[in-house]
Amino acid sequence: MTRVKVNPSNRDKEISRIIEISGENIYSCMQCSKCSASCPANSEMDILPHQVVRILQLGNYERIVNSQTIWNCASCFTCGARCPRDIDITKIMEAIRLTVIRNKGESRIDVDELPEKIDDKMPHQAIVSVFRKYRK
Amino acid sequence: MARIGVFVCWCGSNIAATVDVKEVAKEAAKMSGVVLSTDYQYMCSEIGQNLLRNAIKKEKLDRVVVAACSPRMHEVTFRKAAELAGLNPYLVEIANIREHCSWVHKNKDEATEKAIALVRAAVAKVTLNQELIPGEIGIEKRALVIGGGIAGIQTALDIADAGYMVDVIEKTPSIGGKMAQIDKTFPTLDCSACILTPKMVDASMHPNINLHTYSEVEKVSGYVGNFEVTINKKARSVIIEKCSGCGVCIEKCPSRKTKSEFEEGLVNRKAIYTPFPQAVPNVPVIDREACIKFKTGKCGICKKVCTAEAIDFEQEDTKIIQKYGAIVVSTGYDLIDLAKFGEYAYGEDPDVITSLEFERITNAAGPTAGKLLRPSNNEKPEKVVFIQCVGSRDKTCRGKTYCSKICCMYTAKHAMLIKEKYPDIEVHVFYIDVRTPGKNFDEFQRRAVEEYGVNYIKGMVGKVFPDGDKLRVYGVDALSGDTIEIDADLVVLAAATKAKEDAEELGRKLSISTDTNNFFTEAHPKLRPVETHSAGIYLAGACQGPKDIPETVAQASAAASKAIILLSKSKLINNPCVAKVDETICCGCLECTNICPYEAIASTIIEYRDHGKMIKKLVSEVNEALCQGCGGCTVTCRPGAIDLKGFSNKQILAEVDALCF
Amino acid sequence: MKYSYFPGCTLKTKAQELEKYALRSAEVLGFELEEQIEWQCCGAVYPLATDEIATKLSSVRTLASAKENGNKLVTLCSACHHVIKRVNEDMKTDKSTRDKVNNYLNISEDYKGEVEVLHYLEVLRDEIGFDELAKLVKNPLTGRKIGAYYGCLLLRPDKVMGFDDPENPSTIEEFIKALGATPVKYPYRTECCGGYLSLDNKDKAANMASSILLSASKHEANEIVTACPLCKYNLEINELKSKVTVTYFTELLAEALGVK
Repeated sequence: MTRVKVNPSNRDKEISRIIEISGENIYSCMQCSKCSASCPANSEMDILPHQVVRILQLGNYERIVNSQTIWNCASCFTCGARCPRDIDITKIMEAIRLTVIRNKGESRIDVDELPEKIDDKMPHQAIVSVFRKYRK
Repeated sequence: MARIGVFVCWCGSNIAATVDVKEVAKEAAKMSGVVLSTDYQYMCSEIGQNLLRNAIKKEKLDRVVVAACSPRMHEVTFRKAAELAGLNPYLVEIANIREHCSWVHKNKDEATEKAIALVRAAVAKVTLNQELIPGEIGIEKRALVIGGGIAGIQTALDIADAGYMVDVIEKTPSIGGKMAQIDKTFPTLDCSACILTPKMVDASMHPNINLHTYSEVEKVSGYVGNFEVTINKKARSVIIEKCSGCGVCIEKCPSRKTKSEFEEGLVNRKAIYTPFPQAVPNVPVIDREACIKFKTGKCGICKKVCTAEAIDFEQEDTKIIQKYGAIVVSTGYDLIDLAKFGEYAYGEDPDVITSLEFERITNAAGPTAGKLLRPSNNEKPEKVVFIQCVGSRDKTCRGKTYCSKICCMYTAKHAMLIKEKYPDIEVHVFYIDVRTPGKNFDEFQRRAVEEYGVNYIKGMVGKVFPDGDKLRVYGVDALSGDTIEIDADLVVLAAATKAKEDAEELGRKLSISTDTNNFFTEAHPKLRPVETHSAGIYLAGACQGPKDIPETVAQASAAASKAIILLSKSKLINNPCVAKVDETICCGCLECTNICPYEAIASTIIEYRDHGKMIKKLVSEVNEALCQGCGGCTVTCRPGAIDLKGFSNKQILAEVDALCF
Repeated sequence: MKYSYFPGCTLKTKAQELEKYALRSAEVLGFELEEQIEWQCCGAVYPLATDEIATKLSSVRTLASAKENGNKLVTLCSACHHVIKRVNEDMKTDKSTRDKVNNYLNISEDYKGEVEVLHYLEVLRDEIGFDELAKLVKNPLTGRKIGAYYGCLLLRPDKVMGFDDPENPSTIEEFIKALGATPVKYPYRTECCGGYLSLDNKDKAANMASSILLSASKHEANEIVTACPLCKYNLEINELKSKVTVTYFTELLAEALGVK
C-alpha cells in the first residue's frame, strides 16, 4: 500500500453527487463509530462505515469507490437506526454504489454468472435484490 | 410642535455592515418633528450617552428615538441617560434595527429601507408619547426556594445568612437531591455525603430557614416583590413535631415491595420510609399507594409500635399561602429513560446499569455497602465497560442534542474508584470525545488513563449481547479501525441528563419560559445567567442546563445574591405602562376581568350626573400595582375603553400608519 | 373485514407456504384477503436514492389500486411490506416524488399516500387482537419453545415502518404466546441474516445466519419463525449446524388454528 497525501476538500463533484443522491448531511457525523460497531457485515469491510463518512468529509472519493465496503453492505439499516446524528448511512452507501454502477459497463453482477450462484431454493427476492443493488 | 432627536447606532459593524446608517439618519432628518438626526458607532458607550444628553440640552429636545438594538438590551440605558438630561424617560423610544433588521437581512438596500421604516414608526409613536411617572411598591422581605438539592440548599443558606427569611419547598420527603445519592465528587474525590450533610443540617437548623419537604408549588400569583404562593404540603401521615426518628415503624412495616427511589431501584424500601439514613428531616413518610393499611384497611403496625404517637393515618394535604419578595427555582435534573436504547439491554439484563445506579453500588452507604458486585449474582465483576454519551449529543428522538457535560468526569471518577479498590478489575470506557474543561478536570481524567490503566476507547458500542452470565459488548475503536468484542460482567451507561418532566408546568405557574429541552431560560445567556425574564424570579443549578456541583453551587450563590439585592431594597419602582380605563366609555361587561392573567382588574360602581340625574354605573377598575402592562385587556375591551399607558391605541396605530407609509 | 392483498413474487414460487397458511388462517379468523389484479413485483429492495422514481412506480400502482377499492393493503413478505410501506410514506410526505410519480403514472386521481399498509402480523395484532386470536386457537402449541426472528425489514427504519420497538420488539413473541407456545427472547432476533449477500457472498451470509441460529439455540429455542422468505432461506441453509428449525409464522398460525 502506498500512502497518498489528501488535500481535504469539500468541493469534490462526486462527493456533492453522493450528498445529493443520498439526501443525507455527511457533516452531521461526529465520528462516534456507532454505525461501524453495529454493522453485522463489518468483518468484510476494509473501510468501516464511520471511516467511509470521514473519508467523504475529507473529499477522497477515490479511496471510497475502490473499497470492498460498499459491496458488502447488506442494507440492513442497523447503522441508520442507531446513528445518534440521525444520518441514514445506508442511503450514503447506496449513493456511493450508484455513482459507480450508473456508469456504463460498471455493473457488479454478470447475468452469465447467475446460474452457478443460485440454487433451487433461493427465493426470487434475492435475485431481484441483487439486480437492483448491483446493476443499472 | 415636538422637537424630536433621532440617534442611529452602528453597533460597530453589527448594524452598520448591513444598514446604511448615514442614509437612515439622513432620511430621519426629513421626518415630521425631527430637529436633530445623527449617527454614532456605539450609542450605548459613555461617549454615545453623552452625545444624547448634550443634544437633549442643547437642542431642547422633548422626545428621543434611538435606532439601535432591541429595547430588551438598552432601553433602560437610554432612558436613564435622557432622565439625567432632564427628560422624562418615557419620552424615549427605541427603533430595533439590529435584531429586527440587520441581523436578519443580507441585502443592504433592503435592510436600509426597513431600518428607515422602523425609525419612521418610532418617530410617529414618540410624537404621541406622554410623560409617565412610576409609582412605588413595597417588598415582602422573604424568599422562596423551589427545590432542595445542593442548589436550593446553598441558595437558602446564603439568603438566610443575609438576614432574610427563606422557605424551601422540596417535593421528596428529604432535602439533599442528587448529590445525596453520589458517592465521591470529582475532581478531588472527597465524599459527597461528608460535604453535603453538614449543609443539610445547617439548612434545617438555620433560624431563618423553613423547610417544606414532601411539598409542591400549587399556584403562584403576584409580581416581583409581592409574589403570593400556594404551597401544597402533602400528607406525610407522620406528625413531624412528634416523631423522634427512632425508625421502629420502618423496621416493623411488612410492605417491602416498592423500589427505593433513593437507591435507584436496586433494592426495595418499606411503605413507611425515610429515603436515606441522613435524611433531613429525619421523619418518615407513608407512601399511601404502597401502604397495606391504606390499600386494605388492615395492618396499622407502624401506629401500634410508635411510642411517640406520631403516626396519623387521617392526615390530609394542607395548603400554605405565603407572600414572597423573590423566588429562586432550583429544581434540578433527571436522567433520560433508556427504554428506547434496546441495543444496550438496559432493563433486559440486570448487569447493565446507569451511572447513577453505579453511584449507589460503589457507595459505602449503598445496598452493597460499597462493594462492587454484579446485581445479577452478587459477585465481583472481572471486566467493567462504561459507555458514555448514551442519549447525549443525539439528534434523534431517542436522545438529547446537547452534551450532558458531567458524564466525562463522573465516568473517569467511576473508573478510578474501581481501580483504586480493585486493581485487578479491567475497566474499559467507550467515548465519542472526552470533554473535561474545568479546574483540574483534564488532569483528573488523564490520571485515569496514565496512572490507573483505564482503557479508553474512542468509539461507541453497537450492541450489548447478553450471553450466558456474560455481556458481550461489540464496539469499534474509531482511531485504529479495529472492531472490538469484550466479554464484560458489568456495563455502566452514562445516560443523558434531562430537565425535570414537570419543568414546563412549573414554568407556566411562574410565568418563566423553558427552552426546547425544557430547561428554564435565563434572561441573557451571558450577562444575566441567573435571572429569568420574570423580574424577581431567579435560577440556580441544573434546572437551567446540565451542570456539575461546583458550577451549581456558584450559580446558587449568584442567584442568592440577586435575591438579596432585591430584598434589601426598601421600595421598588413599578412600571407606569399600565392599563387605564376610560369610565365614560366602559360598558361594565367586565370581559377584561376574565382575561387579565394578573387579577389586576376589578369592578367598581361609579356615580355621575347625566342630564341632571345621578346615575350609578358598573365599570372596570385597574389596580396599578398588580397590572403588568401585558395589554390583553385593551384588545378584549369591546367599546375600546381601555388603553395601555405608553402603548395607547393611538400610538400603536400611528406606528402602523408610519410603517404602511 | 376485507383487505386488498399484495402477495409478491416469492410467495407464488419458493415461499408458497407463507401464503397458503396465511389465507387458510384468515378464513378461520374471519377476514378476507383479496388478491390484487395484475399486481407487479415491488422490486424487492426499497430505492434508497432520492432521485429514483421509476423503481417506485410498481409499488404506487399497487397502492393506488388498493385506494380505488377503498381497502387497507395487507402484505405478508417482509421485503414487499418494507418497499411498499416506504414508497407510501414518500408519496405521503415527499412532494417532489409525489408530483413526478403522479405525472408519470397518469392515474385517474393523484395518489397521495392515502392507503394504510398493514403487515399480516399487524392485522393480527391491531385489527383482530392477540387476545381474540388466542380464543380461536384449537391446537395450542403448549410446551414448544419458539424464537421470533424479526430481521431488518419489518423494523427499520422505525420512523417509517412503525412496526415495533426496533431494538426490543415484542409483537412476534406475543403472537407466539397467543398460540400457546413459549416465546424465547434471544439477542440476535433483530440482527441481519445477510439478506441478498447470500447470492454474491455466501460465506458472509452464512456467518451472519449462523450467529442468529446459535444465539437462538443457546437460549433454548427449538424453532424460529420469520415473515421473510429470504431470511428463511439464509437461516435454513445453515440450520443443520444448530438443530433449530425455521418456519414461517403463518405455518405456526395455521397449525394452532387447526387448518394446517
